[in-house]
Amino acid sequence: MTAINETTATPVFYLAEEHEHAEGGSTMLGFWIYLMSDCLIFAVLFATYGVLGGNYAAGPSPRDLFDLPLVAVNTSMLLLSSITYGFAMLTMERGRIGATQGWLAVTALFGLAFVGIELFEFAHMIHQGATPQRSAFLSSFFALVGTHGLHVTFGLIWMVTLMAQVARHGLIQANRRRLMCLSMFWHFLDVIWIGVFTFVYLMGMLR
Amino acid sequence: MSVDAHAEHGVKAHASHDAHDTSDAHSHGSLRSYLTGFGLSVILTAIPFWLVMTGALGNSTATALTIMAFAVVQIVVHMVFFLHMNTRSENGWIMMALIFTLVMVVITLIGSLWVMYHLNLNMMPMHDMSQMP
Repeated sequence: MTAINETTATPVFYLAEEHEHAEGGSTMLGFWIYLMSDCLIFAVLFATYGVLGGNYAAGPSPRDLFDLPLVAVNTSMLLLSSITYGFAMLTMERGRIGATQGWLAVTALFGLAFVGIELFEFAHMIHQGATPQRSAFLSSFFALVGTHGLHVTFGLIWMVTLMAQVARHGLIQANRRRLMCLSMFWHFLDVIWIGVFTFVYLMGMLR
Repeated sequence: MSVDAHAEHGVKAHASHDAHDTSDAHSHGSLRSYLTGFGLSVILTAIPFWLVMTGALGNSTATALTIMAFAVVQIVVHMVFFLHMNTRSENGWIMMALIFTLVMVVITLIGSLWVMYHLNLNMMPMHDMSQMP
């Protein structure tokens, strides 16, 4: 403050000294921008599915392939994993390592169930001859739903890694920050899944 | 004098950092907000599935519009209760990034669907091809 008054003759238009930033202070915003770029990837895949989703090439249509009760079970798995991750974050705030690890394990199990059901569904479809090569509809379907499934798979790997980190170092500041990032990633994948089950599965059955 | 001012500034900066840390901790949400979000999203998921599986509305266009509306509401619920979105976090930059992305997503989706739909219409075989220019 006083420095500015003393040097009125030569105005300074920038901060001469960079003010201090807390370690990892910009991580949340940076990670959010990554999620937004991921959102654009999914937007492009949704647009591709929207354009090509009706081109069956005389092959199977959504009505022949999709099993809505199975999709409902899958959706509930992802929804339950979202709330259990929320519980993990709440116990993390209280600094209870055991409870946090427990909720993370439950979340990982629900995530694993989701990936397992999705792989079962894909295997069933491919067994029926509904492979990605069969029609433009199936290519865009596997691209969109498969990309989401890959994201969940990498989220699971990340979750196991963080559980090992927490077991080794405890709930230190760096681990809390990492868990916050994974929390955003996990809830973001749930948001994408809302789009998938609405536009791909439910509206596919209405065609 | 200036040393005192500097020290005071340092203390203030530290205090503001502490305040910042605690405000970040509060943005994790509470048990009640998570449970509210979960309850709402269960309802908002169950109704579209029920509508499509039973065909309760009869008309498929009406059903499609209804489930799309439910999806939009559920996405907002997830953003607010699970991702703890608000206009204040990170000085509003989180919200700015989201709004920018939504604009891009809307342009991408509506643009692609619109252009490709008209392309499909124009590529349809005409009834009387001899009248084509």
